[in-house]
Amino acid sequence: EVDLEERLHELDLRSDSDIPDVPPPTDSTPEILKRALSGLSARWKNWWIRGILSLAMISGFFLIIYLGSFMLMLLVLSIQVKCYHEIITIGYRVYHSYDLPWFRSLSWYFLLCVNYFFYGETVADYFATFVQRREQLQFLIRYHRFISFALYLTGFCMFVLSLVKKHYRLQFYMFAWTHVTLLITVTQSHLVIQNLFEGMIWFLVPISSVICNDITAYIFGFFFGRTPLIKLSPKKTWEGFIGGFFSTVIFGFIFSYFLAQHQYFVCPVEYNSETNRFVTECEPSELFQMKKYSVPPLLQAMLGWETVNMYPFQMHSFALSTFASLIGPFGGFFASGFKRAFKIKDFADTIPGHGGIMDRFDCQYLMATFVHVYITSFIRGPNPSKLLKQLLILQPEQQLSVYKTLKSHLVEKGILQPSLRG
Amino acid sequence: QESESENKLDGETASDSESKSEFGGSSPVPTSDDTPEVLNRALSNLSSRWKNWWVRGILTLAMITFFFIIIYLGPMVLMTIVMCVQIKCFHEIITIGYNVYHSYDLPWFRTLSWYFLLCVNYFFYGETVTDYFFTLVQREEPLRILSKYHRFISFALYLTGFCMFVLSLVKKHYRLQFYMFGWTHVTLLIVVTQSHLIIHNLFEGMIWFIVPISCVICNDIMAYMFGFFFGRTPLIKLSPKKTWEGFIGGFFSTVLFGLLLSYVMSGYRCFTCPVEFNNDTNSFTVDCEPSELFQLQEYNIPVVLQSVLGWKTVRMYPFQIHSIALSTFASLIGPFGGFFASGFKRAFKIKDFANTIPGHGGIMDRFDCQYLMATFVNVYIASFIRGPNPSKLIQQFLTLRPDQQLHIFNTLKAHLVDRGVLGSLEDA
Repeated sequence: EVDLEERLHELDLRSDSDIPDVPPPTDSTPEILKRALSGLSARWKNWWIRGILSLAMISGFFLIIYLGSFMLMLLVLSIQVKCYHEIITIGYRVYHSYDLPWFRSLSWYFLLCVNYFFYGETVADYFATFVQRREQLQFLIRYHRFISFALYLTGFCMFVLSLVKKHYRLQFYMFAWTHVTLLITVTQSHLVIQNLFEGMIWFLVPISSVICNDITAYIFGFFFGRTPLIKLSPKKTWEGFIGGFFSTVIFGFIFSYFLAQHQYFVCPVEYNSETNRFVTECEPSELFQMKKYSVPPLLQAMLGWETVNMYPFQMHSFALSTFASLIGPFGGFFASGFKRAFKIKDFADTIPGHGGIMDRFDCQYLMATFVHVYITSFIRGPNPSKLLKQLLILQPEQQLSVYKTLKSHLVEKGILQPSLRG
Repeated sequence: QESESENKLDGETASDSESKSEFGGSSPVPTSDDTPEVLNRALSNLSSRWKNWWVRGILTLAMITFFFIIIYLGPMVLMTIVMCVQIKCFHEIITIGYNVYHSYDLPWFRTLSWYFLLCVNYFFYGETVTDYFFTLVQREEPLRILSKYHRFISFALYLTGFCMFVLSLVKKHYRLQFYMFGWTHVTLLIVVTQSHLIIHNLFEGMIWFIVPISCVICNDIMAYMFGFFFGRTPLIKLSPKKTWEGFIGGFFSTVLFGLLLSYVMSGYRCFTCPVEFNNDTNSFTVDCEPSELFQLQEYNIPVVLQSVLGWKTVRMYPFQIHSIALSTFASLIGPFGGFFASGFKRAFKIKDFANTIPGHGGIMDRFDCQYLMATFVNVYIASFIRGPNPSKLIQQFLTLRPDQQLHIFNTLKAHLVDRGVLGSLEDA
């Protein structure tokens, strides 16, 4: 038994090449596709499978968008759980620790705790009116942080109690692995949902820009690729990188133009307590109203226009696509490095021809955080529902004094008519 | 008296040797003797066991005295001390990582670890400073811009570090580099977040900083003493020196200690008032009208205790009731932080985190039980004590759009009418 610890210690120190490769992933292509493509050679077959699955995923994406915000939230949640599962499974394989006592239950338990914490923070904000009506929910919301912390602590104590002699190091590794994975997958997915509530356009444009960059960089690389970009991913080239950048910016511009016209995409998602559904109806904010911009003299000669009608949002889409093309790929390199470090070809075999869910989402990793930070820094002021929630928690005397201050302010600005009855 | 001390010494060395044998074959590099020359000469005549006990005792007193001095010196010095402790803990844990993975020479890695520490501290200090130094920040133009786009700037700084990490990945070292990356992030999560929660607690009032930390220290010492005199049943395989008698004895003594310390401290404004930054004098002040928590109230003693104590009512500060919750947590859950650190040391085959304090090990060794306490106090304050800050809410309200303002105003009005706080009169 002492060998397990010794072996692990040696494994840590040996350079990567000495570590044996994991056996190649099994072929999970559905039977139907296999029969349909049985005639073609292996290379063609692979290309077709990738193509068909790409189209399937994109169609699935459009379908979910059509079905609305709630379905999108569920989708994001399922993807998060699957990504988490994939990364944890890799950890088990690396450390041969699948049979560690308690560990599987603890990993899922921590996932539950962190999700409970985040959903409580976001959901409580958006469903303020719904929550107000129900006593038990009010209690849960008021002491939400305390309850989440207590749940997390229980998990922590269970971990300490589950420490077994001879397996200490493995258990600490898996504990750390779990926490880093939670940090990566769960926080990102909640930022995605918060972006979604800001307006579907803040969810669609970033994700599509990353996908577009992926595809166009590949195509440019395929036709014009010559200079390798980074040792980590030998298939990437500078030509692909730059071509992808320009195409993504143009794509973002055009795509935003179309989406900005529909209230469905532009309005913040709100929960209507009367109809018990999500609604996206509002007065479109300034960002989504056409404005005249003067074209800079440089481009005037090229385009032949003096002014152009654009949505202000398109300027923001410029920032989003730039990030997607320049920094997003670093998320992909990070994942490539990770796969090489742990000698795996793909994160999992979930999607035939593409690998696991994480393989599709590695570039999205940084995008969600960027969009969220961007929105809070440059677009959105404080969140009205959150403000309301905090107002309702105050002591009655404080509420009364705040009420008086607000009333005098509103009357001053002429927003509220004084001596109005009812 | 002397024989008692010698017995104590025997108990200590016996268990030390026991734990040594558990480390097995690959023993760590022996820790060098860090004791200052002065002490060495003074104690040169005593046997090595005595010497160890004296060194521990003297250093303990030195640390406690130091603690009192910095409390006297005020919030600014306290904040600086917390910052230094945080940096030292981070350094200790990262050094252990280097030793475990023999990765001291990884390209860029030392620089990147310190860079990430800087980024995360910048982010947290920015968030705290903006809240507490609001008026100061609004006056100075560069500070105002830094604070307005704070999250964006912090994120950009972090991203730079992330991209540098990706660019620094070297073939043959990928796994080590990812391990160290993970190690750094988990360490940041543990060390930096805790230290900032401590500073938040400090700003709430020095009492919220002093009482929790003292309860943990008291529990440490009391559990050891009870264990020494009455210890019989082992508590957990992880730490063979801990016993149930020590645990329970420590619990009751800590609760009592907490009650007494809170009683003494609640009488002084310098401990109970929130720390505020005075713009005119450009310094920290602790001056206020003590809140309800720190005003004596009559409590009825439950019938059960009446016969025991002989009093019908007792005058207490409400804060003392809260101190019971704090001491309970310190005695029951705090030790799990200690067990976690013990498990960590056994997992990586180290005796102490470092040799900073002679006889005691590293800074982390002293702070392992404090680990969970800071988070608990912060969550406790946010959930049960402090509500949202009304003036901050009004500030946020004023930046909203008119239609949003109207909506919030009407909902608040409806709520107040509902609760009967506001009559249906408009001129309330």
